[in-house]
Amino acid sequence: MTEFFDALRQVPLLRYALFAGIFSSLAFGVVGSFVVTRRIGYIAAAIAHSILGGIGIAIFLSRTFEIPWITPMGGAFVAAVVSALIIGLVSLRAKEREDTIIGAIWAFGMAVGLIFIHFSPGPGVAMESFIFGNILLTSANDVITTALLSGVVLVVTAFSYHKLVAVCFDEEFARLRGIRSELYYLLLLVLLAVSIVLLVRLTGIILSIALIVLPAATGARLSMRLWVIMILATLLCLSYTVTGLAASFVLEMPTGPVIVVIAAAVYALVLGWQKLRPQS
Amino acid sequence: MVATQTGERWNAAFVSDMSTPTSIVVHGVTHRFGKSTVLEDVSFSIEDGESICMIGPNGGGKSTLLRILLGLLEPSEGRVEVLGQSPREACRSIGYVPQSIRFDPLFPISALEIVLMGRLDRVRWGRYSRTCRTVAREALATMGLSDCEHRPFAQLSGGQRQRVLIARALAAEPRILLLDEPTANIDLSVEEQFLDSLQELRRRMTILLVTHDLDVVEEMGDSVLCVNRRLHRHSLPLSPETVTEIFRGGRRLEHDRRTRHRQGDHSNCVHE
Repeated sequence: MTEFFDALRQVPLLRYALFAGIFSSLAFGVVGSFVVTRRIGYIAAAIAHSILGGIGIAIFLSRTFEIPWITPMGGAFVAAVVSALIIGLVSLRAKEREDTIIGAIWAFGMAVGLIFIHFSPGPGVAMESFIFGNILLTSANDVITTALLSGVVLVVTAFSYHKLVAVCFDEEFARLRGIRSELYYLLLLVLLAVSIVLLVRLTGIILSIALIVLPAATGARLSMRLWVIMILATLLCLSYTVTGLAASFVLEMPTGPVIVVIAAAVYALVLGWQKLRPQS
Repeated sequence: MVATQTGERWNAAFVSDMSTPTSIVVHGVTHRFGKSTVLEDVSFSIEDGESICMIGPNGGGKSTLLRILLGLLEPSEGRVEVLGQSPREACRSIGYVPQSIRFDPLFPISALEIVLMGRLDRVRWGRYSRTCRTVAREALATMGLSDCEHRPFAQLSGGQRQRVLIARALAAEPRILLLDEPTANIDLSVEEQFLDSLQELRRRMTILLVTHDLDVVEEMGDSVLCVNRRLHRHSLPLSPETVTEIFRGGRRLEHDRRTRHRQGDHSNCVHE
């Protein structure tokens, strides 16, 4: 493990990866807690997979028309937010079609992304870094962007906390109290979309749902207070990220999957401990 | 169970404004879902301070009427006034108590946090004020739940959950209390205590209570609205013939439950 700390001092990319992981964990813990308690993990998964569509379109446009400011992560951001809003509106206005739309966005997003990448000129695209993540590709600008986006997620959540909780617990009552509950539900999905974009670098599209859900699910096994679950989820996320980064460096394994395995193992341990302990 | 000394807040709210003697006016309301008419030419009024029970068979339109009164649904035809305003404008003056069973019992929230939702429209800069917290605590105390303030909703009994929801409605300082089958998921052993709480509130505000339990009707109601697509108002007590007429179409009903329970008869009384 000492080689990891030595590398941290010597290799800027590793420091960028660590800081990006730490900053983004702040957002995952908070938003993931809403995802778990509101039971919208399937929506999170659909948004995550739709991101590939935005990435593919962004790569195609930037290479075909030589527009340098169109970046894959920018495309991911747009795709995530658009998907979140579509799913949210369908969920609010035509609940019976929600499942269908989620499946459609999930598959369509990935298919569109692969097609646009196929037709993109220039060298081949390293798909693995988007699908499975590669935090070691994080630049200094990425760290700043991650910190800013996480900060926005935290500030917005702090100011909207009580209304978001009310909308998640009893949307109808929130409406009767004059709260525009539909807007707050869409806000929650947009915050989720932003968090998922932050996750793409860390764990990739496929595994992002794990880091949104598992830390919060573990926290929910340990507490019945939402704000405590958020704190636990954030601390767990931080520890998984740091431990996963260190372990993957030492063992020479991909970081994203290692982080997810750690998260899943801790969840399984907590679950097992609760099942086996004597009931009071 | 009801801490009357903390009830002054709601007592004062009830007495102070007598300028709107009629709490609810419904005139010629018809509502359709597609081609199906759920409510037809429904008209009634509820005066300030009345305690009215609403009964009727499943699918008869009670829930639809309740949603119209709350402003959650616009009627296809007709006019509704609540405290002299449209239901949407007046909804903040209504304390609504849904059934506790429709909530996720595992949602990580405490009793106090639920009651504070009654003050949700007063959140400023993302925070509840000290006044909001005081009112919420008083509402919990009114329902005898001061000890449960920080207990998770999941750890409360059915009766406690229902009382938390009433406290939430009271925290909004309503003029009218609308309750949707509040005794549906409560054991008989706690139902009497629960109804005592409602009796105390009955002295302080207008109450409209939807129920399937005729015992509750007889205990709580000044009169009863019978909704089965159309609406008929009956004075109490209801005759067996009236009950049969209301629930024609076959429905398992529970009446005289508490009397028979005390006498050791735990069977349901089927009313076809």
